[in-house]
Amino acid sequence: MAENRFDTGTSIRTPMARARGLGASGGGTEHFWQQRITAVANVLLVFPMIIILAMTVGRPYEDAAAIMSHPLAAILSALFVISIAIHMRLGMQIVIEDYVHGKGAKVAALLANTFFTVAVAAASLYAILKIGLSPLL
Amino acid sequence: MAQAESRNQTPRPLSPHLQIYRWTWTMAMSIFHRVTGVALYFGALVLAWFFLSIASGPEGYAGSSWFFGSWFGYLILFGFTWALMHHMLGGLRHFVWDFGKGFEAEERFLLAKLTLAGSVGLTLLIWVIVLIAR
Repeated sequence: MAENRFDTGTSIRTPMARARGLGASGGGTEHFWQQRITAVANVLLVFPMIIILAMTVGRPYEDAAAIMSHPLAAILSALFVISIAIHMRLGMQIVIEDYVHGKGAKVAALLANTFFTVAVAAASLYAILKIGLSPLL
Repeated sequence: MAQAESRNQTPRPLSPHLQIYRWTWTMAMSIFHRVTGVALYFGALVLAWFFLSIASGPEGYAGSSWFFGSWFGYLILFGFTWALMHHMLGGLRHFVWDFGKGFEAEERFLLAKLTLAGSVGLTLLIWVIVLIAR
């Protein structure tokens, strides 16, 4: 027990900070973990998505709308959009933190990143739901 | 900050930037991973536009259909496919590293080369299949 105990004599970190394990970011490994979870989801969803889009793009409107309004196409598309939006936000956050050093510019860029990814997701989900639910209307 | 600058009369050594380094496969594929990620980030707009064009009805759909049927649309979609495949394989490479494997010099270079070869191969495969199936 004593061997792996943190040396509190030489560290200014409090026992509570150590127990929480969230570090300087306050978020611990959450960013890393969310990036990996959405990466796995993206790998699983990307090929069904390519098939759906390949069946749709360039087809007459009625055919494209019929395929996209199929429950499987609508649900897979919605899941894909949610997963890539989270993944995009986390990935671009790293890029911004690497290259944008001014404090104001960094906050503005991170804010724009969140707004952009949420807007892309909202617009896509609105369209997917509208197509998917249109046979019911 | 201003004080520190005025005291530094002699230029301090800086860490070398990209053009100083000899290009290696691992460095190139690391850069490719980031560049394709950023490209896909903005490429998501194209995906959103496609969904919205169907939702907006036949007239809106005619606009996106014209674009995706043009040579420029094909170029965008082909580039999108490659970026997607490359970023995916780059991510799978990171999964290998996450499990603590593939860090030896030989393994790293092999993985980097497989990422590029795999992304080009998968892209061509997808396009051949799609063009034949349609």
